[in-house]
Amino acid sequence: MMLEVEEIHTFYGLSHILFGVSLKVEQGEVVCLLGRNGAGKTTTMKSIMGLTPPRRGNIRFRNEEITGRQPYLLARKGISYVPDDRRIFADLTVGENLEIAARKTRGTEEWDMERIYELFPALKDIESRKGGCLSGGEQKMLAIARALMGNPELLLLDEPTEGLAPVLVHALEEQISKLKNAGLTVLLAEQNVRSALRSSDRGYIIDNGQIRYHGSVGELRENDEVRKKYLLV
Amino acid sequence: MEFGLAALASQLVVGLSRAMILFIVCAGLSFVLGVLRVPNVAHGSLYMIGAFSAYGIAMRLFGGSSAGFWLALILAPFVVALVSLIAERALFCHLYEREHLMLLLFTFALMLIFGDLVKIIWGAEYRSVSPPALLRGSVSMFGASIPRYNLFLLIIGPLVAIGLWLFTNKTKIGKISRAAAVDREMVSVIGINVSWVFAAAFVIGCYLAGLGGALVAPTVSVTLGMDHTIIIEAFLIVTIGGLGNMWGALVGSLIFGVTHSFGVLLWPQFAIVFPYAAVVIVLFLRPRGLLKSVW
Ligand SMILES: Nc1ncnc2c1ncn2[C@@H]1O[C@H](COP(=O)(O)OP(=O)(O)OP(=O)(O)O)[C@@H](O)[C@H]1O
Ligand SMILES: [Mg+2]
Repeated sequence: MMLEVEEIHTFYGLSHILFGVSLKVEQGEVVCLLGRNGAGKTTTMKSIMGLTPPRRGNIRFRNEEITGRQPYLLARKGISYVPDDRRIFADLTVGENLEIAARKTRGTEEWDMERIYELFPALKDIESRKGGCLSGGEQKMLAIARALMGNPELLLLDEPTEGLAPVLVHALEEQISKLKNAGLTVLLAEQNVRSALRSSDRGYIIDNGQIRYHGSVGELRENDEVRKKYLLV
Repeated sequence: MEFGLAALASQLVVGLSRAMILFIVCAGLSFVLGVLRVPNVAHGSLYMIGAFSAYGIAMRLFGGSSAGFWLALILAPFVVALVSLIAERALFCHLYEREHLMLLLFTFALMLIFGDLVKIIWGAEYRSVSPPALLRGSVSMFGASIPRYNLFLLIIGPLVAIGLWLFTNKTKIGKISRAAAVDREMVSVIGINVSWVFAAAFVIGCYLAGLGGALVAPTVSVTLGMDHTIIIEAFLIVTIGGLGNMWGALVGSLIFGVTHSFGVLLWPQFAIVFPYAAVVIVLFLRPRGLLKSVW
Protein backbone atom coordinates (compact mmCIF):
# COMPACT_ATOMS: atom_id res chain seq x y z
CA MET A 1 0.00 0.00 0.00
CA MET A 2 1.45 3.36 -1.02
CA LEU A 3 -0.57 5.54 1.34
CA GLU A 4 -2.98 4.76 4.14
CA VAL A 5 -4.75 7.50 6.04
CA GLU A 6 -6.61 6.13 9.04
CA GLU A 7 -9.19 8.04 11.05
CA ILE A 8 -7.31 11.35 11.20
CA HIS A 9 -8.57 14.33 13.14
CA THR A 10 -6.99 17.64 12.25
CA PHE A 11 -7.45 20.98 13.94
CA TYR A 12 -6.57 24.58 13.18
CA GLY A 13 -6.07 25.88 16.68
CA LEU A 14 -9.37 25.12 18.34
CA SER A 15 -11.42 24.46 15.25
CA HIS A 16 -11.86 20.83 14.47
CA ILE A 17 -11.67 20.41 10.68
CA LEU A 18 -11.20 16.75 9.81
CA PHE A 19 -13.35 14.20 11.59
CA GLY A 20 -11.82 10.79 11.15
CA VAL A 21 -10.82 10.92 7.50
CA SER A 22 -9.61 7.61 6.09
CA LEU A 23 -8.41 6.83 2.61
CA LYS A 24 -6.05 4.53 0.78
CA VAL A 25 -3.98 4.84 -2.34
CA GLU A 26 -2.39 1.84 -4.00
CA GLN A 27 0.88 1.96 -5.86
CA GLY A 28 0.39 3.27 -9.40
CA GLU A 29 -3.14 4.55 -8.83
CA VAL A 30 -4.55 7.99 -9.44
CA VAL A 31 -7.08 8.68 -6.72
CA CYS A 32 -9.14 11.83 -6.48
CA LEU A 33 -10.53 13.56 -3.44
CA LEU A 34 -13.63 15.52 -4.38
CA GLY A 35 -15.53 18.04 -2.36
CA ARG A 36 -16.88 21.56 -2.45
CA ASN A 37 -15.24 24.67 -1.05
CA GLY A 38 -14.20 24.26 2.53
CA ALA A 39 -14.88 20.53 2.58
CA GLY A 40 -11.42 19.71 3.89
CA LYS A 41 -9.49 18.62 0.79
CA THR A 42 -6.53 20.91 1.34
CA THR A 43 -6.48 20.12 5.03
CA THR A 44 -6.28 16.42 4.22
CA MET A 45 -3.37 17.05 1.87
CA LYS A 46 -1.59 19.20 4.42
CA SER A 47 -2.13 16.60 7.11
CA ILE A 48 -0.48 13.97 4.94
CA MET A 49 2.44 16.28 4.14
CA GLY A 50 3.02 17.06 7.81
CA LEU A 51 2.06 20.73 7.50
CA THR A 52 -0.95 20.41 9.79
CA PRO A 53 -0.19 17.21 11.70
CA PRO A 54 -3.37 15.44 12.80
CA ARG A 55 -4.01 15.24 16.53
CA ARG A 56 -5.41 11.76 16.26
CA GLY A 57 -5.21 8.98 13.73
CA ASN A 58 -2.44 7.47 11.69
CA ILE A 59 -0.84 7.99 8.33
CA ARG A 60 1.31 5.32 6.76
CA PHE A 61 3.47 5.63 3.68
CA ARG A 62 4.71 2.35 2.20
CA ASN A 63 3.59 0.70 5.44
CA GLU A 64 5.74 3.02 7.54
CA GLU A 65 4.17 5.23 10.17
CA ILE A 66 4.74 8.86 9.17
CA THR A 67 2.19 10.71 11.32
CA GLY A 68 3.63 13.94 12.68
CA ARG A 69 6.92 13.73 10.78
CA GLN A 70 8.39 16.96 9.49
CA PRO A 71 7.62 17.82 5.86
CA TYR A 72 11.25 17.69 4.74
CA LEU A 73 11.57 14.11 5.99
CA LEU A 74 8.43 13.12 4.10
CA ALA A 75 9.76 14.77 0.95
CA ARG A 76 12.94 12.75 1.33
CA LYS A 77 10.90 9.58 1.68
CA GLY A 78 9.25 10.27 -1.65
CA ILE A 79 6.16 12.43 -1.16
CA SER A 80 5.81 15.67 -3.11
CA TYR A 81 3.11 18.22 -2.59
CA VAL A 82 1.73 20.78 -5.01
CA PRO A 83 -0.23 23.30 -2.92
CA ASP A 84 -3.42 24.79 -4.29
CA ASP A 85 -1.94 28.28 -3.99
CA ARG A 86 1.24 27.13 -5.81
CA ARG A 87 3.69 28.87 -3.50
CA ILE A 88 6.36 29.45 -6.08
CA PHE A 89 9.52 31.05 -4.69
CA ALA A 90 8.85 34.48 -6.14
CA ASP A 91 12.41 35.81 -5.79
CA LEU A 92 13.93 32.86 -7.58
CA THR A 93 13.92 32.26 -11.32
CA VAL A 94 12.03 29.36 -12.84
CA GLY A 95 15.32 27.48 -13.22
CA GLU A 96 16.32 28.17 -9.63
CA ASN A 97 12.93 27.05 -8.35
CA LEU A 98 13.54 23.72 -10.04
CA GLU A 99 17.19 23.53 -9.08
CA ILE A 100 16.73 23.83 -5.34
CA ALA A 101 13.97 21.22 -5.40
CA ALA A 102 16.14 18.64 -7.17
CA ARG A 103 16.53 15.48 -5.16
CA LYS A 104 18.40 12.46 -6.36
CA THR A 105 17.06 8.99 -5.76
CA ARG A 106 18.41 5.63 -6.70
CA GLY A 107 15.41 5.26 -8.96
CA THR A 108 15.22 4.11 -12.53
CA GLU A 109 14.07 7.07 -14.57
CA GLU A 110 14.94 10.22 -12.75
CA TRP A 111 13.39 13.59 -13.27
CA ASP A 112 15.86 16.27 -14.22
CA MET A 113 15.61 19.67 -15.89
CA GLU A 114 15.73 18.12 -19.33
CA ARG A 115 12.84 15.75 -18.73
CA ILE A 116 10.87 18.47 -16.98
CA TYR A 117 11.22 20.77 -19.97
CA GLU A 118 10.09 17.94 -22.22
CA LEU A 119 6.94 17.62 -20.14
CA PHE A 120 6.39 21.38 -19.87
CA PRO A 121 8.04 22.97 -22.92
CA ALA A 122 6.51 26.32 -21.96
CA LEU A 123 8.72 26.49 -18.89
CA LYS A 124 11.92 26.27 -20.88
CA ASP A 125 11.23 29.55 -22.63
CA ILE A 126 10.83 31.38 -19.33
CA GLU A 127 13.64 29.61 -17.49
CA SER A 128 15.33 32.80 -16.36
CA ARG A 129 12.19 34.70 -15.42
CA LYS A 130 11.45 35.32 -11.74
CA GLY A 131 8.79 33.08 -10.26
CA GLY A 132 6.86 36.14 -9.13
CA CYS A 133 6.48 37.34 -12.71
CA LEU A 134 4.69 34.27 -14.05
CA SER A 135 1.02 33.96 -14.95
CA GLY A 136 -1.20 31.78 -12.79
CA GLY A 137 -1.09 28.91 -15.29
CA GLU A 138 2.67 29.11 -15.62
CA GLN A 139 3.02 29.07 -11.85
CA LYS A 140 0.81 26.01 -11.70
CA MET A 141 3.02 24.21 -14.18
CA LEU A 142 6.10 25.29 -12.29
CA ALA A 143 4.64 24.07 -9.01
CA ILE A 144 4.02 20.64 -10.53
CA ALA A 145 7.44 20.63 -12.17
CA ARG A 146 9.08 21.59 -8.90
CA ALA A 147 7.33 18.75 -7.11
CA LEU A 148 8.52 16.29 -9.77
CA MET A 149 12.12 17.44 -9.35
CA GLY A 150 12.00 15.75 -5.96
CA ASN A 151 11.54 12.44 -7.77
CA PRO A 152 8.50 11.44 -5.71
CA GLU A 153 6.74 8.14 -5.59
CA LEU A 154 3.57 9.79 -4.38
CA LEU A 155 2.41 13.12 -5.72
CA LEU A 156 -0.16 15.14 -3.78
CA LEU A 157 -1.83 17.48 -6.28
CA ASP A 158 -4.12 20.10 -4.78
CA GLU A 159 -6.50 21.56 -7.38
CA PRO A 160 -4.14 21.48 -10.32
CA THR A 161 -6.82 22.68 -12.75
CA GLU A 162 -7.98 25.65 -10.70
CA GLY A 163 -7.75 28.82 -12.74
CA LEU A 164 -6.51 27.08 -15.87
CA ALA A 165 -8.03 27.61 -19.30
CA PRO A 166 -9.92 24.57 -20.68
CA VAL A 167 -7.13 23.91 -23.16
CA LEU A 168 -4.61 23.80 -20.36
CA VAL A 169 -6.88 21.57 -18.30
CA HIS A 170 -6.80 19.05 -21.11
CA ALA A 171 -3.04 19.36 -21.44
CA LEU A 172 -2.73 18.81 -17.72
CA GLU A 173 -4.92 15.72 -17.83
CA GLU A 174 -2.66 14.33 -20.50
CA GLN A 175 0.33 15.03 -18.37
CA ILE A 176 -1.20 13.37 -15.36
CA SER A 177 -1.83 10.28 -17.42
CA LYS A 178 1.76 10.42 -18.64
CA LEU A 179 2.92 10.61 -15.05
CA LYS A 180 0.76 7.65 -14.18
CA ASN A 181 2.29 5.71 -17.03
CA ALA A 182 5.69 6.66 -15.72
CA GLY A 183 4.78 4.82 -12.52
CA LEU A 184 3.81 7.73 -10.31
CA THR A 185 1.07 7.42 -7.71
CA VAL A 186 -1.16 10.48 -7.46
CA LEU A 187 -3.65 11.78 -4.93
CA LEU A 188 -5.61 14.55 -6.56
CA ALA A 189 -7.84 17.04 -4.75
CA GLU A 190 -10.32 18.65 -7.10
CA GLN A 191 -13.49 20.63 -7.41
CA ASN A 192 -13.48 20.12 -11.13
CA VAL A 193 -15.26 16.78 -10.97
CA ARG A 194 -15.28 16.05 -14.67
CA SER A 195 -11.61 16.61 -15.11
CA ALA A 196 -10.76 14.67 -11.96
CA LEU A 197 -12.86 11.69 -13.02
CA ARG A 198 -11.17 11.63 -16.40
CA SER A 199 -7.75 11.28 -14.77
CA SER A 200 -8.56 9.01 -11.85
CA ASP A 201 -9.04 5.35 -11.11
CA ARG A 202 -10.97 5.82 -7.89
CA GLY A 203 -12.45 8.69 -5.94
CA TYR A 204 -13.39 9.77 -2.46
CA ILE A 205 -15.96 12.40 -1.65
CA ILE A 206 -15.32 14.56 1.36
CA ASP A 207 -17.77 16.93 2.99
CA ASN A 208 -17.54 18.83 6.25
CA GLY A 209 -14.34 17.05 7.12
CA GLN A 210 -15.72 13.54 6.66
CA ILE A 211 -15.43 11.04 3.86
CA ARG A 212 -19.02 10.52 2.60
CA TYR A 213 -18.51 8.14 -0.23
CA HIS A 214 -15.90 6.27 -2.10
CA GLY A 215 -15.84 4.14 -5.16
CA SER A 216 -14.45 3.58 -8.62
CA VAL A 217 -14.73 6.28 -11.24
CA GLY A 218 -17.53 4.35 -12.90
CA GLU A 219 -19.51 4.20 -9.67
CA LEU A 220 -19.00 7.90 -9.05
CA ARG A 221 -20.16 8.75 -12.55
CA GLU A 222 -23.33 6.74 -12.15
CA ASN A 223 -24.24 7.82 -8.66
CA ASP A 224 -26.13 11.04 -9.37
CA GLU A 225 -27.56 11.22 -5.88
CA VAL A 226 -24.20 11.39 -4.14
CA ARG A 227 -22.87 13.87 -6.67
CA LYS A 228 -25.89 16.14 -6.25
CA LYS A 229 -25.76 15.95 -2.50
CA TYR A 230 -22.06 16.60 -1.95
CA LEU A 231 -20.72 18.20 -5.08
CA LEU A 232 -23.55 20.34 -6.50
CA VAL A 233 -23.10 19.19 -10.05
CA MET B 1 37.33 76.40 8.04
CA GLU B 2 39.06 75.09 4.93
CA PHE B 3 36.83 73.62 2.24
CA GLY B 4 39.57 72.78 -0.21
CA LEU B 5 39.60 69.76 -2.45
CA ALA B 6 42.12 68.12 -0.17
CA ALA B 7 39.88 68.30 2.87
CA LEU B 8 36.91 67.07 0.86
CA ALA B 9 38.85 64.18 -0.61
CA SER B 10 40.23 63.05 2.70
CA GLN B 11 36.85 63.28 4.42
CA LEU B 12 35.27 61.41 1.56
CA VAL B 13 37.75 58.58 1.96
CA VAL B 14 37.19 58.54 5.72
CA GLY B 15 33.43 58.41 5.19
CA LEU B 16 33.61 55.73 2.54
CA SER B 17 35.93 53.52 4.54
CA ARG B 18 33.66 53.84 7.56
CA ALA B 19 30.79 52.96 5.24
CA MET B 20 32.59 49.79 4.20
CA ILE B 21 32.81 48.60 7.82
CA LEU B 22 29.18 49.51 8.37
CA PHE B 23 28.22 47.70 5.18
CA ILE B 24 29.97 44.49 6.20
CA VAL B 25 28.28 44.51 9.61
CA CYS B 26 24.88 45.55 8.23
CA ALA B 27 24.93 43.04 5.40
CA GLY B 28 25.24 40.36 8.07
CA LEU B 29 22.46 41.82 10.19
CA SER B 30 20.24 42.23 7.16
CA PHE B 31 20.89 38.69 5.97
CA VAL B 32 19.82 37.28 9.35
CA LEU B 33 16.79 39.56 9.37
CA GLY B 34 15.84 38.49 5.88
CA VAL B 35 16.27 34.74 6.14
CA LEU B 36 15.53 34.04 9.81
CA ARG B 37 13.28 37.01 10.51
CA VAL B 38 15.24 37.53 13.70
CA PRO B 39 16.13 41.11 14.70
CA ASN B 40 19.43 40.11 16.26
CA VAL B 41 20.31 42.78 18.83
CA ALA B 42 23.36 40.72 19.78
CA HIS B 43 24.81 41.35 16.31
CA GLY B 44 26.73 44.33 17.69
CA SER B 45 28.15 42.15 20.44
CA LEU B 46 29.48 39.73 17.86
CA TYR B 47 31.13 42.66 16.12
CA MET B 48 32.72 43.59 19.46
CA ILE B 49 33.84 39.99 20.02
CA GLY B 50 35.36 40.11 16.53
CA ALA B 51 37.34 43.22 17.46
CA PHE B 52 38.49 41.79 20.79
CA SER B 53 39.40 38.47 19.21
CA ALA B 54 41.44 40.33 16.63
CA TYR B 55 43.17 42.16 19.48
CA GLY B 56 43.77 38.87 21.32
CA ILE B 57 45.24 37.16 18.28
CA ALA B 58 47.21 40.04 16.80
CA MET B 59 48.52 41.71 19.97
CA ARG B 60 48.55 39.03 22.66
CA LEU B 61 49.46 35.95 20.67
CA PHE B 62 51.60 37.59 18.03
CA GLY B 63 52.85 40.71 19.81
CA GLY B 64 51.56 43.13 17.18
CA SER B 65 53.49 41.68 14.26
CA SER B 66 52.20 42.06 10.72
CA ALA B 67 51.65 38.34 10.39
CA GLY B 68 49.62 38.50 13.58
CA PHE B 69 47.29 41.06 12.05
CA TRP B 70 46.64 39.06 8.92
CA LEU B 71 46.08 35.94 10.93
CA ALA B 72 43.70 37.82 13.23
CA LEU B 73 41.81 39.10 10.22
CA ILE B 74 41.26 35.55 9.06
CA LEU B 75 40.70 33.86 12.41
CA ALA B 76 38.72 36.40 14.46
CA PRO B 77 35.62 36.17 12.23
CA PHE B 78 35.78 32.39 12.57
CA VAL B 79 35.88 32.72 16.35
CA VAL B 80 32.70 34.77 16.07
CA ALA B 81 31.17 32.28 13.66
CA LEU B 82 31.85 29.51 16.15
CA VAL B 83 30.31 31.46 19.03
CA SER B 84 27.24 32.13 16.90
CA LEU B 85 26.97 28.51 15.83
CA ILE B 86 26.92 27.46 19.48
CA ALA B 87 24.34 30.12 20.34
CA GLU B 88 22.18 29.08 17.40
CA ARG B 89 22.25 25.33 17.97
CA ALA B 90 21.94 25.56 21.74
CA LEU B 91 19.37 28.35 22.05
CA PHE B 92 18.10 30.14 18.97
CA CYS B 93 16.99 27.12 17.00
CA HIS B 94 14.32 26.33 19.57
CA LEU B 95 12.80 29.78 19.34
CA TYR B 96 12.14 30.47 15.66
CA GLU B 97 8.44 29.85 15.97
CA ARG B 98 8.07 32.45 18.71
CA GLU B 99 6.88 35.95 18.01
CA HIS B 100 9.25 38.76 17.13
CA LEU B 101 9.05 40.42 20.50
CA MET B 102 10.25 37.25 22.22
CA LEU B 103 13.14 36.92 19.81
CA LEU B 104 14.01 40.54 20.29
CA LEU B 105 14.10 40.12 24.06
CA PHE B 106 16.08 36.94 23.73
CA THR B 107 18.76 38.52 21.56
CA PHE B 108 18.82 41.46 23.95
CA ALA B 109 19.61 39.04 26.76
CA LEU B 110 22.34 37.53 24.61
CA MET B 111 23.79 40.97 24.09
CA LEU B 112 24.08 41.48 27.86
CA ILE B 113 25.65 38.05 28.30
CA PHE B 114 28.17 38.60 25.51
CA GLY B 115 29.02 42.02 26.97
CA ASP B 116 29.81 40.44 30.33
CA LEU B 117 31.80 37.64 28.75
CA VAL B 118 33.95 40.16 26.92
CA LYS B 119 34.50 42.03 30.16
CA ILE B 120 35.52 38.84 31.95
CA ILE B 121 37.87 37.70 29.22
CA TRP B 122 39.46 40.96 28.07
CA GLY B 123 38.68 43.42 30.85
CA ALA B 124 37.31 46.93 30.60
CA GLU B 125 40.45 48.74 29.41
CA TYR B 126 40.87 50.37 26.03
CA ARG B 127 42.76 48.15 23.62
CA SER B 128 44.38 48.94 20.35
CA VAL B 129 45.48 46.88 17.42
CA SER B 130 48.30 48.00 15.19
CA PRO B 131 47.89 47.64 11.46
CA PRO B 132 50.45 45.58 9.54
CA ALA B 133 53.52 47.27 8.08
CA LEU B 134 52.03 47.22 4.60
CA LEU B 135 49.05 49.29 5.70
CA ARG B 136 50.74 51.78 7.99
CA GLY B 137 51.18 55.44 7.09
CA SER B 138 49.49 57.36 4.34
CA VAL B 139 49.70 58.09 0.68
CA SER B 140 49.04 61.47 -0.79
CA MET B 141 46.22 61.88 -3.21
CA PHE B 142 44.51 65.08 -4.42
CA GLY B 143 46.86 66.96 -2.12
CA ALA B 144 45.54 65.15 0.94
CA SER B 145 47.23 62.45 2.89
CA ILE B 146 45.10 59.38 3.01
CA PRO B 147 45.78 56.54 5.44
CA ARG B 148 46.66 53.34 3.63
CA TYR B 149 44.45 51.38 5.96
CA ASN B 150 41.41 53.33 4.74
CA LEU B 151 42.28 52.52 1.16
CA PHE B 152 42.54 48.88 2.18
CA LEU B 153 39.00 49.09 3.56
CA LEU B 154 37.82 50.58 0.28
CA ILE B 155 39.09 47.48 -1.47
CA ILE B 156 37.73 44.98 1.05
CA GLY B 157 34.18 46.40 1.08
CA PRO B 158 33.45 45.81 -2.61
CA LEU B 159 35.12 42.39 -2.40
CA VAL B 160 32.75 41.41 0.39
CA ALA B 161 29.81 42.74 -1.62
CA ILE B 162 30.83 40.68 -4.65
CA GLY B 163 31.39 37.62 -2.48
CA LEU B 164 27.97 37.97 -0.91
CA TRP B 165 26.33 38.47 -4.27
CA LEU B 166 27.99 35.34 -5.61
CA PHE B 167 26.96 33.46 -2.50
CA THR B 168 23.29 34.41 -2.63
CA ASN B 169 22.91 34.09 -6.39
CA LYS B 170 25.27 31.36 -7.48
CA THR B 171 25.39 28.82 -4.68
CA LYS B 172 22.64 26.37 -3.90
CA ILE B 173 22.60 27.25 -0.22
CA GLY B 174 22.37 30.92 -1.18
CA LYS B 175 19.38 30.25 -3.41
CA ILE B 176 17.78 28.16 -0.70
CA SER B 177 18.29 31.02 1.77
CA ARG B 178 16.50 33.39 -0.59
CA ALA B 179 13.64 30.93 -0.86
CA ALA B 180 13.50 30.41 2.90
CA ALA B 181 13.39 34.16 3.44
CA VAL B 182 10.01 34.22 1.76
CA ASP B 183 8.43 30.83 2.44
CA ARG B 184 10.23 28.59 4.90
CA GLU B 185 7.41 26.05 5.04
CA MET B 186 7.54 25.45 1.32
CA VAL B 187 11.32 25.03 1.51
CA SER B 188 10.69 22.22 3.96
CA VAL B 189 8.07 20.73 1.63
CA ILE B 190 10.66 20.33 -1.13
CA GLY B 191 12.82 18.27 1.20
CA ILE B 192 15.19 20.77 2.74
CA ASN B 193 15.85 20.82 6.47
CA VAL B 194 15.14 24.47 7.16
CA SER B 195 16.72 24.28 10.57
CA TRP B 196 20.16 23.81 9.02
CA VAL B 197 19.52 26.51 6.45
CA PHE B 198 18.82 28.86 9.33
CA ALA B 199 21.92 27.78 11.19
CA ALA B 200 24.05 28.39 8.11
CA ALA B 201 22.45 31.78 7.43
CA PHE B 202 22.87 32.85 11.04
CA VAL B 203 26.51 31.83 11.15
CA ILE B 204 27.24 33.62 7.87
CA GLY B 205 25.55 36.77 9.10
CA CYS B 206 27.50 36.66 12.36
CA TYR B 207 30.72 35.90 10.53
CA LEU B 208 30.24 39.24 8.79
CA ALA B 209 29.80 40.96 12.16
CA GLY B 210 33.07 39.39 13.26
CA LEU B 211 34.81 40.41 10.06
CA GLY B 212 33.61 43.98 10.54
CA GLY B 213 34.93 43.93 14.10
CA ALA B 214 38.31 42.59 13.05
CA LEU B 215 38.58 45.16 10.26
CA VAL B 216 37.62 48.08 12.45
CA ALA B 217 40.03 47.15 15.25
CA PRO B 218 43.09 49.05 13.97
CA THR B 219 41.07 52.21 13.37
CA VAL B 220 39.41 52.62 16.77
CA SER B 221 40.09 51.86 20.37
CA VAL B 222 38.65 48.46 21.06
CA THR B 223 36.48 48.75 24.11
CA LEU B 224 33.29 47.71 25.84
CA GLY B 225 30.37 49.70 24.52
CA MET B 226 31.34 49.50 20.89
CA ASP B 227 28.54 46.93 20.56
CA HIS B 228 25.88 49.47 21.51
CA THR B 229 27.03 52.16 19.13
CA ILE B 230 27.20 49.89 16.14
CA ILE B 231 23.93 48.07 16.72
CA ILE B 232 21.92 51.28 16.75
CA GLU B 233 23.58 52.47 13.58
CA ALA B 234 23.22 49.06 11.99
CA PHE B 235 19.48 48.83 12.64
CA LEU B 236 18.97 52.32 11.24
CA ILE B 237 20.97 51.45 8.16
CA VAL B 238 19.14 48.20 7.38
CA THR B 239 15.86 50.01 7.94
CA ILE B 240 16.62 52.81 5.50
CA GLY B 241 18.13 50.34 3.03
CA GLY B 242 15.20 47.90 3.11
CA LEU B 243 15.13 44.99 5.53
CA GLY B 244 16.86 41.90 4.27
CA ASN B 245 18.21 43.61 1.15
CA MET B 246 21.97 43.41 0.80
CA TRP B 247 22.23 46.29 -1.66
CA GLY B 248 20.03 48.27 0.70
CA ALA B 249 22.61 47.68 3.43
CA LEU B 250 25.25 49.01 1.06
CA VAL B 251 23.28 52.12 0.11
CA GLY B 252 22.33 52.78 3.73
CA SER B 253 25.92 52.41 4.89
CA LEU B 254 27.17 54.79 2.22
CA ILE B 255 24.58 57.38 3.21
CA PHE B 256 25.42 56.99 6.87
CA GLY B 257 29.18 57.00 6.48
CA VAL B 258 29.42 59.82 3.99
CA THR B 259 26.94 62.17 5.68
CA HIS B 260 28.81 61.67 8.93
CA SER B 261 32.19 62.53 7.45
CA PHE B 262 30.84 65.60 5.69
CA GLY B 263 29.17 66.54 8.93
CA VAL B 264 32.62 66.57 10.48
CA LEU B 265 33.67 69.02 7.81
CA LEU B 266 30.63 71.28 8.15
CA TRP B 267 29.95 71.32 11.83
CA PRO B 268 32.45 69.20 13.74
CA GLN B 269 30.80 69.38 17.18
CA PHE B 270 27.50 68.10 15.84
CA ALA B 271 28.73 65.83 13.07
CA ILE B 272 26.78 62.88 14.43
CA VAL B 273 23.52 64.73 13.80
CA PHE B 274 23.99 64.55 10.04
CA PRO B 275 23.64 60.82 9.47
CA TYR B 276 20.64 60.69 11.80
CA ALA B 277 19.04 63.57 9.93
CA ALA B 278 19.66 61.66 6.71
CA VAL B 279 17.91 58.63 8.22
CA VAL B 280 14.91 60.73 9.19
CA ILE B 281 14.67 62.23 5.71
CA VAL B 282 14.91 58.84 4.02
CA LEU B 283 12.28 57.31 6.29
CA PHE B 284 10.04 60.29 5.78
CA LEU B 285 10.23 59.90 2.01
CA ARG B 286 10.31 56.09 1.91
CA PRO B 287 9.07 54.56 5.15
CA ARG B 288 9.77 51.02 3.97
CA GLY B 289 13.34 51.76 3.01
CA LEU B 290 15.06 52.71 -0.20
CA LEU B 291 15.21 49.27 -1.77
CA LYS B 292 12.79 46.36 -1.69
CA SER B 293 12.39 44.88 1.75
CA VAL B 294 11.73 41.17 2.12
CA TRP B 295 9.53 41.72 5.16
N1 LIG C 1 -5.58 28.30 8.49
C1 LIG C 1 -6.85 28.02 8.85
N2 LIG C 1 -7.31 28.36 10.06
C2 LIG C 1 -8.59 28.06 10.43
N3 LIG C 1 -9.45 27.42 9.64
C3 LIG C 1 -9.05 27.05 8.42
C4 LIG C 1 -7.73 27.32 7.96
N4 LIG C 1 -7.60 26.83 6.72
C5 LIG C 1 -8.79 26.28 6.41
N5 LIG C 1 -9.66 26.40 7.43
C6 LIG C 1 -11.03 25.90 7.46
O1 LIG C 1 -10.97 24.49 7.29
C7 LIG C 1 -12.03 24.03 6.48
C8 LIG C 1 -11.51 23.16 5.38
O2 LIG C 1 -10.69 23.95 4.54
P1 LIG C 1 -9.86 23.36 3.33
O3 LIG C 1 -8.93 24.41 2.88
O4 LIG C 1 -9.31 22.06 3.72
O5 LIG C 1 -11.01 23.14 2.25
P2 LIG C 1 -10.90 22.73 0.75
O6 LIG C 1 -11.74 21.51 0.61
O7 LIG C 1 -9.52 22.64 0.31
O8 LIG C 1 -11.65 23.91 0.03
P3 LIG C 1 -11.34 24.65 -1.35
O9 LIG C 1 -11.98 23.83 -2.40
O10 LIG C 1 -12.01 25.96 -1.21
O11 LIG C 1 -9.87 24.75 -1.50
C9 LIG C 1 -12.77 25.29 6.01
O12 LIG C 1 -13.95 25.40 6.77
C10 LIG C 1 -11.84 26.42 6.30
O13 LIG C 1 -12.56 27.56 6.68
MG1 LIG D 1 -8.28 23.69 -1.04
